[in-house]
Amino acid sequence: MEFPYLTLITFIPLLGAVVVLLIPRKYEREMKRLAVALSLIPLVLAAILWLNYDYGAGTMQFLEEYTWIPTINVRYRVGVDGISLPLVFLNSLLTTLSLFYSSHTIKERVKEYFAFFFLLEMGMMGVFVSLDFFLFYVFWEVGLVPMYFLIGVWGGPRRQYAAIKFFLYTLAGSVLMLLAFLGMYFAEGTFDILEMARLRPFADNFTLQSLAFWGIFAAFAIKLPLWPFHTWLPDAHVEAPTAGSVMLAGVLLKLGAYGFIRVLLPIFPQAFHHYAPIIAILALLSIVYGALVAMAQWDLKKLVAYSSVNHMGYVMLGLTAAASAIGTSEKVFDSQAMALNGAVLQMFNHGIITGGLFFLVGVIYERAHIRDLKSFGGLGVIMRTYYGITTVTCLASLGLPGLAGFISEFLVFRGALSIITPIAAIAVSGLVITAAMFLWKVVQLIFFGPLNEKWANLPDMHRWEVITVAPLLFFMVLFGLYPTPILNLINGAVVKLLSGL
Amino acid sequence: MPGFENLPLLSPEITLTIFALLVLGLDLAFKRLKDALAYVAIGGLILAIMLTAHLFGTQGSLFSGMLVVDSFALYFKIIACLTTGLVILSSIAFMKEKTPYRGEFYGLLLLATLAITLLVGASDLVMIYLSFEFVSLTCYVLVGYLRGDPKSSEAGIKYFLYGAVTSAVMLYGMSLIYGITGSTQLTVIADNFLSPSSPVASTRWLILPAVLFILAGFGFKIALVPFHQWAPDAYEGAPTPIAAFLSVGPKAAGFAVLIRVLLTALPAYQIDWIALLSGISLVSMTFGNLVAIQQTNIKRMLAYSSIAQVGYILLGVVAAGPGTVGIMGVLLFILAYLFTNLGAFVAVVAFSYATGSDEIADYAGLLRRAPLLAAALVVFFMSLAGMPPTAGFLGKLFVFGAVIQMGQKVFYFLAVAGVLNSVISLYYYFNVVRLMFFLPAKDETSLQIPRSLVVAVAITMAMTLVMGFYPQPFIDLATRSVVTVAMLSPQ
Repeated sequence: MEFPYLTLITFIPLLGAVVVLLIPRKYEREMKRLAVALSLIPLVLAAILWLNYDYGAGTMQFLEEYTWIPTINVRYRVGVDGISLPLVFLNSLLTTLSLFYSSHTIKERVKEYFAFFFLLEMGMMGVFVSLDFFLFYVFWEVGLVPMYFLIGVWGGPRRQYAAIKFFLYTLAGSVLMLLAFLGMYFAEGTFDILEMARLRPFADNFTLQSLAFWGIFAAFAIKLPLWPFHTWLPDAHVEAPTAGSVMLAGVLLKLGAYGFIRVLLPIFPQAFHHYAPIIAILALLSIVYGALVAMAQWDLKKLVAYSSVNHMGYVMLGLTAAASAIGTSEKVFDSQAMALNGAVLQMFNHGIITGGLFFLVGVIYERAHIRDLKSFGGLGVIMRTYYGITTVTCLASLGLPGLAGFISEFLVFRGALSIITPIAAIAVSGLVITAAMFLWKVVQLIFFGPLNEKWANLPDMHRWEVITVAPLLFFMVLFGLYPTPILNLINGAVVKLLSGL
Repeated sequence: MPGFENLPLLSPEITLTIFALLVLGLDLAFKRLKDALAYVAIGGLILAIMLTAHLFGTQGSLFSGMLVVDSFALYFKIIACLTTGLVILSSIAFMKEKTPYRGEFYGLLLLATLAITLLVGASDLVMIYLSFEFVSLTCYVLVGYLRGDPKSSEAGIKYFLYGAVTSAVMLYGMSLIYGITGSTQLTVIADNFLSPSSPVASTRWLILPAVLFILAGFGFKIALVPFHQWAPDAYEGAPTPIAAFLSVGPKAAGFAVLIRVLLTALPAYQIDWIALLSGISLVSMTFGNLVAIQQTNIKRMLAYSSIAQVGYILLGVVAAGPGTVGIMGVLLFILAYLFTNLGAFVAVVAFSYATGSDEIADYAGLLRRAPLLAAALVVFFMSLAGMPPTAGFLGKLFVFGAVIQMGQKVFYFLAVAGVLNSVISLYYYFNVVRLMFFLPAKDETSLQIPRSLVVAVAITMAMTLVMGFYPQPFIDLATRSVVTVAMLSPQ
């Protein structure tokens, strides 16, 4: 038997949660260190997987399979390919950084906080590695609960409202998805995700296919979030504690995008192709609306939250472009692959960049206890490290060449422009707006201009804060200059997926 | 003696009778035994469960077709004994504070269990009515058991008046069926409806009202809208362990007899009762959930929540078509609901024992005061809302699966209404979680919870999780019990 990498990656966080809860309260310092150390194990394992993954094949690898509920043919079945592996890595990376950051900032109910964080990591990890709908759904729901508590217990002033809103919104989507999964199961007799992509349920009944498609669409679109299902996001992001926002933006939103790629595209290509125009317009609205609303914010955290709506819109644009081109002609295959590659890479990049931005928002909020952009100014003089790191991250977020964000946005647009030209052309305006927003609103308002005397004594970033964001900066620069390792990884799986359609 | 050679089939019932009398007798003879009697009763229940499990798979008919013993009935007998066992375990400390008459209390609970075991095996309208009344009578007394407490007495009277009226209506419906078909035996009734030469044709229009009248009785027992009004008052006034009992034991029995009557006696009218029950199910879950949101007393909230839960279970009955997992879904759902709902009630008993309050607002900050109790409540509420990895998810998966399996637009609509209802329900379940976890407590002292209650909470929570993580044995059990529904008829 092979070494059960994926099972360990998924369930070591569960072990972490149990261990953390069992340690007596008086050993809090040791508990924090142990928690961070435990969270390193999945990260190291994910890195090992990345190094050992066979790029050429583009197939599901490191498979594990066990019988679970034979009566309804449910199996514990996990595996990763080039689409899920970067997300597995991203999830473990951001969890480790978040725990490290939180071990300095969280003062209340530390044990419970760390335990919920581990459970969150487990839930999201499970979704990325599951190859069985039942398992997928279980992990999908399991991830909801810890996030609800993280927002509700350690969040801001409106945390109670934001927590339940987040919960109800995402649950409403996921129960519809469950019904669609059940319908597919009774049609084909299996919960196997890969098998389902071969069987193509409801291929001869477009009404049923559409019903199942939209049921699943609801779950993923809410999670992504696609306009107009995004309204839970600003509330959840603003109220969540810093590390919670990082996980929310960095990984949780990816669950939706990942679902589109893993479930809807391969299983319902016909319906996806048919409804692509509608979805493309929703993606466009997310891009433009997200950018404009972000631009209108004076709360720094809200601004970053809305910029996520914009950035995830690019993912959706790439995906829809790929779906639009299904069955048209062989010539667009390259564009299709480019758009989808861009979408997957954008998921990873958005994770590290926006994750970084939320950490940086946390840094200033911890010091000033406000996030109102109008009240800052001139901080560039006194907080030099913070100034530098924030500027680089903002530039990465707006897509400056040389940093990670550029590569994925370029690929998305390059692919989409030759498939859904008019929509992609309008969507480019989103890039302009975000550029203006990050440069003017964030960099200029916070760091330039006369120094507001009130903040003259703000200390620069502590060493642990720099350590938290340094790995993210590293990946922004690395994949901005040399994206080959990650693009090769993604491309194999993307080409395999597209050629199966 | 003819009719008595099958007597071993009744060994669980005989055991329950003996232990009920034993408890009453011991109570009379030894004044100081009171609380030990609870354990005697639990011992009797365990013995009954073992005998029932031993009978599993046998098939037989007793007393000229009055009673049948089949896996379906045995499944519900196990459910009844489990329920009572857990209820007694959670009563020990609670009742000690409230009343000196505890011997009779445990005796009555055993008699109520006996009544349920008779009801789930009844295969003749007369037997159904008699055992139905037997269940009701014991429950009336138990609800009004705290004589000194005006709320308890009021609850008992309300429950009694409501029950008396609905059972009279039900009896009238039964007499109509008898009038049409000339028999009270479920199988003979079915044959009369199905055979083309029967004299039923001219009186066919009477069938719908007859079914409606009978449904009034069952609906009362199950607390379905519109026969639910007694439930919130009875739950609130009754001693909390009895509210727990009412929310599971008689309900499960009501479903058992409903399924038996519908599938054995009335398969010819399936289209009619499917339409009727679909409507009732939709109204029950929606109404129950919407009204539960506004409740400030946790027992009333759980009462409305259980009205919604039976709406979901009814979906499984509606989807009991050939080849679907409908009835299996009902069986699994009821088992899941047993552990979950009893668990929630036991936690409420524990809280009210320690604080004397049933107000939802007083649950604020429970995490600090009793962390394990708060965590257990989260598990129960997740399970009630149908979230994985809990038992409630498994139940809903099968019930909604069966509805989807029916494969028609109406049923898709029902399934969507069902799942959206569980989203609504999450709101009020997690409102309690919000109070427990997000808010500070008014009074930070930690709660003292007696050991028997801790054990009861631990058992129910463990089972709720085990059913969620490793459901296969429970599915096997339910599958074996469904198989015999197809051949319910005693020959």
